[in-house]
Amino acid sequence: MTSSTTDAATARRAPSSAPAPGAHPERAGRRARRRHRWDAKWSPYAFIAPFFLFFAAFGLFPLLYTGWASLHKVSLHDPGHMEWVGLENFSRLLEDDFFWNALRNTFTIGVLSTVPQLVMALGLAHLLHYRLRGSTFFRVALLTPYATSVAAATLVFAMLFGRDYGMINWGLELVGFDHVDWENGTWTSQLAVSAIVIWRWTGYNALIYLAAMQAVPDDLYESAALDGASRRQQFWHVTVPALRPTILFTVVVSTIGATQLFGEPLLFGGSQTGGGSHQYQTLGLYLYEQGWFNFQLGRASAIAWAMFLILIVIGLVNWLISRRLHTRR
Amino acid sequence: MLPTTARRRTPHTHDPADRHDRDDPRAGAASGPGRPSGRLPAGRRRSRRERRAGSAGRHLHAGRITYAVLTVFTLGSLFPLVWTAVAASRTNQRLAETPPPFWFGGNLFANLRTAWVDANMGKALLNTVFVAGTIALSTVLFATLAGYAFAKLRFRAKNALLLTVIGTMMVPPQLSVVPLFMAVAELEWTNQLQAVVLPMLVSAFGVFFMRQYLVNALPTELIEAARVDGAHSLRVVWHVVFPVARPAMAVLGMLTFVLAWNEFFWPIIALTQDNPTVQVALTGLGRGYIPDESVIMAGALLGTLPLLLAFTLFGKQIVGGVMQGAVKG
Repeated sequence: MTSSTTDAATARRAPSSAPAPGAHPERAGRRARRRHRWDAKWSPYAFIAPFFLFFAAFGLFPLLYTGWASLHKVSLHDPGHMEWVGLENFSRLLEDDFFWNALRNTFTIGVLSTVPQLVMALGLAHLLHYRLRGSTFFRVALLTPYATSVAAATLVFAMLFGRDYGMINWGLELVGFDHVDWENGTWTSQLAVSAIVIWRWTGYNALIYLAAMQAVPDDLYESAALDGASRRQQFWHVTVPALRPTILFTVVVSTIGATQLFGEPLLFGGSQTGGGSHQYQTLGLYLYEQGWFNFQLGRASAIAWAMFLILIVIGLVNWLISRRLHTRR
Repeated sequence: MLPTTARRRTPHTHDPADRHDRDDPRAGAASGPGRPSGRLPAGRRRSRRERRAGSAGRHLHAGRITYAVLTVFTLGSLFPLVWTAVAASRTNQRLAETPPPFWFGGNLFANLRTAWVDANMGKALLNTVFVAGTIALSTVLFATLAGYAFAKLRFRAKNALLLTVIGTMMVPPQLSVVPLFMAVAELEWTNQLQAVVLPMLVSAFGVFFMRQYLVNALPTELIEAARVDGAHSLRVVWHVVFPVARPAMAVLGMLTFVLAWNEFFWPIIALTQDNPTVQVALTGLGRGYIPDESVIMAGALLGTLPLLLAFTLFGKQIVGGVMQGAVKG
């Protein structure tokens, strides 16, 4: 800072210092070059610093502090007071039926929502890849649910899935089925919650697949066509293999999203228990219930870390699979 | 370019140049270098036949079934939103009858007013515009700076740092809520908007998104030329990087705005119904704050409308942004 101000001063004085013309500008030039080098060397760090500072403050520190809090008894009413309990929060978690219930629900809802969503997205992307009239309209329309918030979408779907006056039950009855008590059944409630996730994310994933399909070189299709491959065979033997990394990517992203599922089950029935018998309570919801309704922030922290460990396992599995994909090629 | 465009309309002719219709308008410049002309004759003779048989996937016009399936999914994507408006225009009594209403009633403005005043949606919308706007602006600014550094500047540990950025995307929000809540309680920031703005001011996705864009879009010579002219790094950013990055900045801004608008987990913990964001107010409605289904739907409509409006205006750009982030992600 000081050097730059003196430089500016020298530069300003330069025209008036007529008696010794050569010396000053040359020194100023050297300084400018040095400053230039200094600038080139350190400015990259200055540019990335905001991201890392904010992440350290609001990502890394909370992550570690959650770990620290998970080893304490912390009450919501007096969060400043922490009482060391060691691993007790974790051992209680393992004995807690509701934890295993939430883990199971998270897994089944995750499968129920992720698999149909990605399969349909792949099919839709294939259709969008044709030459279409109004292709922009279809793409925007299919992406619209993505702009709808979890809360708004869930409130609407909760009505559509209503037991007595919901449109879905009305339609089922119209074609001769019985009323379904969507919210109170285990499978039915999980299906309904999954339907919200599927509705919100299918279009988004379709666009991701479409982008990947457009990047597949035409030569592949042409040579497959030369070998007499039918349209269907081209899809399975050219498109799908070329999309494998993208598919893996979407599987990972959707799995991460499914692990954190929270808003949909919270608002579907409007309670943190996830239904009368916790039939659709997910891990995220269980964390919220423990922390903000049972006032046990220490236990909530332990659940958060359990979720983190699950994500790390998913990450590792993903890494192993993608490494195998690479070596096979 | 011009003749190709003209021919693109009739891709199934025997015109020798018709193979150039591979320049899918959507793929644009990204579709790679042209084929070596030496291979043209042999390939053309055969591909003509194949093309007429219509077997090379992407060139085909969509058939009726494609349009039919896409229309069904489009209706499925839009129906819940339309029905939100239908239900919002009815009365609570009408929604508790079968069959459910399929067309608009006359109660829309009364319900919107109730939602606006009693459910605090007016304040929530204002708050959310401020929160999402601030987050979008700061994310774009910091992501462009960091993305530029990662794309074009040389510095030590660059690759390791970039991997760290990508790795931070794995950290789920659940892992920070307990410490953030404790901090907010300590600072007495409950119900204050900075509590939900500050933790979201940067995004790893944004950094990565801008990096991927600038790697190709920003010519390194342009930066070097500016530096040779003696421009310091902030000048380079302002006069060279920002103008080139503007389209990607706009897209990232919109995507971030949508995500911030719909942010759910942390806001419902940090804020209450006294000073809510849209999602907090909707959660209040969903949990029985006002036991009137038509008002709930009016709230959901109000909370979604601004984003739907943005989608109608900038849908094409948002779709492009999602797809752009995808290929490279």
